[in-house]
Amino acid sequence: MKTFYLRELAHARSGDKGDINNIGVVAYEPHYYPLICQWLTTDRVKAHFGSLVKGGVTRYELPKVHALNFVLEGALGGGVTRSLSIDPHGKSYSALILTIPIEVPPDLAQELMQRGRQPIDEA
Amino acid sequence: MFLRELINQVRKNVNVGPTQRCKQWMLALRDSIICKGNKTHTDRILRIGAGASYAGDRVGPATELAKHAKLDYLVYETLAERTIALAQLQRLKQPEGGYNELLEDRFLEALPHCRKQGTRIVTNMGAANPLGAAKKTAEIIRELKLGPMKVAAVLGDDVLEYCLANRNALKLMENGLPLASLEGKIVSANAYLGADVMVDALAKGADIVITGRVGDCSLFLAPMIHEFGWRMDDWDLLGKGQTGADMVECGANVSGGFFADPGYKDVPDLGNLGYPYLEVSADGTIVVTKVAGTGGLINRATCTEQMLYEIHDPAYYITPDVIVDFTDVSLDEVGPDRVRIQGGRGKPRPEQLKVSVGILEGWVGEAMITYAGLGCVERAKLAEKIVRERLQIEGVHLQELRVDYLGLNALHRESSLPCKDAPYEVCLRFAGRSREKRDAVKLANEVETLVGKGPASSSIPTKSIREVLAIYSVLVPRHIIKHEVILSEVS
Repeated sequence: MKTFYLRELAHARSGDKGDINNIGVVAYEPHYYPLICQWLTTDRVKAHFGSLVKGGVTRYELPKVHALNFVLEGALGGGVTRSLSIDPHGKSYSALILTIPIEVPPDLAQELMQRGRQPIDEA
Repeated sequence: MFLRELINQVRKNVNVGPTQRCKQWMLALRDSIICKGNKTHTDRILRIGAGASYAGDRVGPATELAKHAKLDYLVYETLAERTIALAQLQRLKQPEGGYNELLEDRFLEALPHCRKQGTRIVTNMGAANPLGAAKKTAEIIRELKLGPMKVAAVLGDDVLEYCLANRNALKLMENGLPLASLEGKIVSANAYLGADVMVDALAKGADIVITGRVGDCSLFLAPMIHEFGWRMDDWDLLGKGQTGADMVECGANVSGGFFADPGYKDVPDLGNLGYPYLEVSADGTIVVTKVAGTGGLINRATCTEQMLYEIHDPAYYITPDVIVDFTDVSLDEVGPDRVRIQGGRGKPRPEQLKVSVGILEGWVGEAMITYAGLGCVERAKLAEKIVRERLQIEGVHLQELRVDYLGLNALHRESSLPCKDAPYEVCLRFAGRSREKRDAVKLANEVETLVGKGPASSSIPTKSIREVLAIYSVLVPRHIIKHEVILSEVS
């Protein structure tokens, strides 16, 4: 089993509301979507974000557009307007979620590599 | 047959007054006359452009839209959560100000084209002073000799007095505590008004509608309701309208802005990024597109990213006009840079309106210094240790202190991927929040004096002190809002 960064399978955008950040994760191809759903559990996302996310993580599924929406509470340093971060909105969080490693089955790994996408250990 | 359909269409609209119904008759009649061949009024396409998505947005792209997109409406959305509170502070210093600082630049460029093409404008550039913005707009119309035109200022979003009077009863959405529990000076409270107030202004014949705080999407929904006579309780139709509005309320974010990732998501000609516009049909089917020949990209990927932007539960996206359900939306690429949006739905609008409360809470001091060359990270770490010691020696009181190593972990802290090699340079940044201004100043000064009194070989530090204008949210009952449309005819 080869491991790829989520970046090879999906793209993402994050946005803010108060102290809450949300990240939309969109599969590049519809047939990547089931694997992404299987791997991107709320526990994995919460663990990956570590101390950046003080509250809970909720996941919403949008199969019609093969996307997931994650809502991260207590994620913006007390709120956009009070945060001391240079990224108070967490607009860069979309880049962080794409660094989550995903174990990819051989046939899909083959397809990704044919598209020029490299697994983590060989990157 | 057609006439019967027309009669039914207008009769269905039971919740509008006689004046508006009369207006709708005339519009419907006008549409039936201008429709050619066997097309009916329902074939009409309403074109709504997104000319701005924040206060400082670029001016030129909206002008391009006004020139080339044959728009019925041009919308400028310019209010982030904090913008009105900042504008309110500005207005305290300068009573005639407090509206969008680029209003004059935007209108000087775009208004002549809008006037020529019959494009009406809807905007929240009024910020903390819609009347002042309308007055300035009237001056511009006279200066450019574009009259006669009607300019409307929409008032009613300012609920500061109500919030101050009810500060013990109103609960903060952030933590459930009363508004009165906040320490600091409340400077503004503005409710997110819905499309209805702008529909009112359009029905009064305004060519330009200028508001303060309204729902971002509502700016786009108002023209749809006005032109197609959509009922204000046809939740599915309003849901479809808001789905389209959500797609363009962040302007170029749907047309290739904030999207490019070279080798993964390439965007052509990003420098010449075109802003988007909607083509809306009476049944709520919407195409999002942009002017041919401009840079950027509109496809399923850009639309999906934007649809989820700043959304929590996609089945329950709350706007003042309708609660939108995006879960059944499908996006189809129907041409180059053309995506058709179908399947948005709606649930009844909320009974309460969200209010953003601006409060002055204290100060932030911030300073940065950069080290380069071999051992740069070690020198930066030594500098951090020195500043922390000196803050103690000086007795500086900070509510929170944050230290970042830009180049290593400033954005994602310990979740950052590790660097394989030591960086060649690193920027050390301190940011601290304090109740009193003097503590924020002292923090910044202790970083500044690292040159000469800290480790070797750094850049000259930069520093800044700013007042914290925090935003909290409360909910107020809809019935306390008494909106007002002030219409002026400019000759």
